[in-house]
Amino acid sequence: MQTEELFQAMSQSIIDGDADVAASLARQSIDLGIDPLQAINQGFVPGINHVGNQFSCGDMFLPELVMAGEAMKTAISELEPEMSKRGTERQVYGKVVLATVQGDIHDIGKTLVGTMLAAYGFQVYDMGVDVPITKIIEKTREVNANIVALSALLTTTMVRQKDVIEALEDVGLRDKVKVMVGGAPVTQEWVQQIGADGYSEDAVGAVGLAKKLLGV
Amino acid sequence: MTKRIKSITNPKLKLEILTPEEVGRIHTATLDLIENVGVRFPSQKALDIWEAHGAQVDRDTSIVKAPGHVIEEALKQAPPVYTLAARDPEQDLPLDGNHVFVGTDGCGVEMLDIYTGKRRTSCLQDVADIARVGDALEEVAFHWVAVSAQDVPPATRGLQELLAVWENSTKHAQSESIYNEREARASIEMAAVIAGGKEALRKRPVLSLMQCSAPPLGHDGGSLDAALVAAEAGVPTGFMTMAAGLTTAPATLAGTLVVGNAEVISATALLQLAYPGAPVFYAAAQTVSDPRSGAYTGGGPEDFLFGAATNVLSDFYNIPLSMGSFATGAKEPNWHAGLENSLSTFMACIVMSDMLLGVGLLHGSRIWSYAQMLMDCEIYSIIHKIMQGIVVDDANLALDTIRSVGPGGNFLAQKHTLQHMREIFVPQFMDRRPYNTWEEKGDDGRDWALAKARQILENHHPEPLDPLLSAELQRIIATVEKR
Repeated sequence: MQTEELFQAMSQSIIDGDADVAASLARQSIDLGIDPLQAINQGFVPGINHVGNQFSCGDMFLPELVMAGEAMKTAISELEPEMSKRGTERQVYGKVVLATVQGDIHDIGKTLVGTMLAAYGFQVYDMGVDVPITKIIEKTREVNANIVALSALLTTTMVRQKDVIEALEDVGLRDKVKVMVGGAPVTQEWVQQIGADGYSEDAVGAVGLAKKLLGV
Repeated sequence: MTKRIKSITNPKLKLEILTPEEVGRIHTATLDLIENVGVRFPSQKALDIWEAHGAQVDRDTSIVKAPGHVIEEALKQAPPVYTLAARDPEQDLPLDGNHVFVGTDGCGVEMLDIYTGKRRTSCLQDVADIARVGDALEEVAFHWVAVSAQDVPPATRGLQELLAVWENSTKHAQSESIYNEREARASIEMAAVIAGGKEALRKRPVLSLMQCSAPPLGHDGGSLDAALVAAEAGVPTGFMTMAAGLTTAPATLAGTLVVGNAEVISATALLQLAYPGAPVFYAAAQTVSDPRSGAYTGGGPEDFLFGAATNVLSDFYNIPLSMGSFATGAKEPNWHAGLENSLSTFMACIVMSDMLLGVGLLHGSRIWSYAQMLMDCEIYSIIHKIMQGIVVDDANLALDTIRSVGPGGNFLAQKHTLQHMREIFVPQFMDRRPYNTWEEKGDDGRDWALAKARQILENHHPEPLDPLLSAELQRIIATVEKR
């Protein structure tokens, strides 16, 4: 297969949301001695961009976007050993610590946001649900995060978003990170009230917000 | 003011949405899931109960796999018929399969202010005000906590909300906002004060609790513990699935029904294993997520089908149903709201769902609108009329009257007309004025609905809760605050 054809096939595997094919193409590119960064940027990224555009105009649906995101993730993890062998690194937009706050077990919205952010080039540390404040702070410090993203579905747990922001202030990290919040009861007024940096009602909007907050 | 509660009863309309064979397939598929895939029960107490009854319990994942016969036997213990009691016994609600009752929706987080029209965060006074308006409306049979009292501490918020409802209405209170053991115990203590003791509460449950499942195939630990406390006290309890096709359930309707059914009947069976004969109900508000964004929709043809299908399931298990209808995804009271709330409620009514939730909220149960509340009541009244169907007997065929008018006359001055004209539905919020009147005034049903809500809020004085009882309830809440 010619390099151009290979890149074409990589792009198509993302559009098809086919993680197996994407992984096998990634391995082929390593065997052919292609720079993994080139494989990502010229092979896989055009695919995810195409899906993103089709999604934005309503021609593709969310499951197609999620499958493309998963395929992208698989392809990149297949290329990672080769990247570290070559001492190169994929450029990411930023590092995001993501969690559903303590006392709240709602998972799906948060996970979807994680998938979307990862697909669009953020490094995401998804800490799961019911995450204590101290753990969120530790992780933020450990990975030197640019964004802390907090989910809550209940009005009684939503207040924890505020607690995390206060804790970030207490340990002197608030200036170093942007805080995004989400969940059904979250509103613009709430964002202002607790001093967060923004919210989005859906996962795709969260990507736009993250990019905006980091100015990328 | 009004004591009457408007319920749909002895309906003339019918719909067969699922054949018995199809219900059987859904049931078999559900038991297969519960037995072989399992359902998550993250509660020590729940896991202990399951284990004691022969289910396979994984303590690390909290996943329970229960044999089908254990579920089936347990569900047989559930009472098919019981009554939700009200502070005023005249407003008791028999859940007997032959009544449809409507409640207020819940639990919103914002208000369209009744005077300014501006959107703002909801507070405790709003809970009280909505209960008071609901108390005056015959269409509203019982209350959910309509909006969240965000100006009181989260630890006792659910209790303050309940107190506000009881202080402002004599109707039954069903809370969807009590979801941990501590608040459940206190809420039952409060209900016992109103009923006149723990045994009296068992006979006359003035409180019922609704818990949400955590789809797919899971539950919340606090909700399970709260439900067990309620079941022990004989307080009617239901588990509501909000499984959403595409995201938390398969993209197909039958698959979504199965996922939700597995959640509801497994938790219902748990309550029966722990406290056989405890009053329980099936609760559901399944939906599909928007394919383009994954967002919660709050309405659409799939929801309308779920609304009709779920009562067939709850009938199969022979327990009452609390069904999500109304609760439009619309942002304001508009055609979208009218369309969704009419069809969802019609479909849930035509199969005689016992309880419908509920009137008043916009934007997928997030924003309260008094205008929407009143218009939702009108939608229900229209459906109430439709459900009476067409009566064909001598009086209604009116042959004698038709004979005496003959060809070319009119029926306005007929005695028969006078006798029956008040059976014709007269809308409150539909504009039947001449075109030029509408043009001059420039108002519509939304304005009239809001005006009626204001009038009720300013003039309706519900039968007060005995101040001694009120003080006792306050004391219980204060004790919880100190803990």
